Amino acid sequence: MKKTHISALMAGLVFGLGLLLSGMANPEKVLGFLDLAGAWDPSLALVMAGAIGVALPVFYLAKGRDRSVLGEQLNLPARRDIDRPLVIGGLLFGIGWGLAGFCPGPAIVATGAGQAKAIVFTLAMLAGMGIFQLLNRPKAA
Amino acid sequence: MTIDWNAFTPWSALAGGAMIGLASAMLLLLNGRIAGISGILGGLIGRTPGETGWRLAFTLGLLIGPALWLLFAALPPIRIEAGYRLLVGAGLLVGIGTRYGSGCTSGHGVCGLSRLSPRSLVATLMFMSAGFATVYVVRHLLGA
Repeated sequence: MKKTHISALMAGLVFGLGLLLSGMANPEKVLGFLDLAGAWDPSLALVMAGAIGVALPVFYLAKGRDRSVLGEQLNLPARRDIDRPLVIGGLLFGIGWGLAGFCPGPAIVATGAGQAKAIVFTLAMLAGMGIFQLLNRPKAA
Repeated sequence: MTIDWNAFTPWSALAGGAMIGLASAMLLLLNGRIAGISGILGGLIGRTPGETGWRLAFTLGLLIGPALWLLFAALPPIRIEAGYRLLVGAGLLVGIGTRYGSGCTSGHGVCGLSRLSPRSLVATLMFMSAGFATVYVVRHLLGA
């Protein structure tokens, strides 16, 4: 196993434990946050605040570097344009998120917890990604 | 707006959020990659050569998180109200939407906002407002 595989595994593990601890992996809690007009649970705003509070200074420090600590190329997105796919994709995702209470990370974690409904959601999500891939496949010359 | 103080869990939310931020920082500093779950999964489906290993490893980490947790404590509740048909529809929307919009809650919401990316700010505003609107329609207009 390569060093970069171990580090990715560790990052995924910490990420997953964070999702569990924060309540993000629980659709009931996510929907409680998205329900502004009902009995509102503001917890998930603090999840974002906690995550960005830690990540922002690190991203700031990494700016301008071109290699990671393990010598990998540092791949930061460079695009700054606001285009139609960004807006429409975001809206479609938000509708699905509001219907089920799952976004991609929590769906994987809940799948790991053995929840049958999460497995069904995850399979449908992967199918959706596959459909996107098929529709966007570069045309064969 | 009424706040549900009984459901409010500020400390575990902040601490869990900090772990998510730490994991994103780890993947950036060690692997040079953005911790965007939809992008990581999408790259597995597209299969770019030489790109599969770290993506699988990260996904495996997410999957075994609950097992590791179980070694020390009972799992926190995971309650899924939606029925199977709704879950399939929602899953398809999340899969297509996150790939079309180049990211989800992690890639745009955490990493993108931490990079102060204007694209990610717009994407985050889009999926948050669509999420708020959808729950409003489902719970308060349709009365489900």
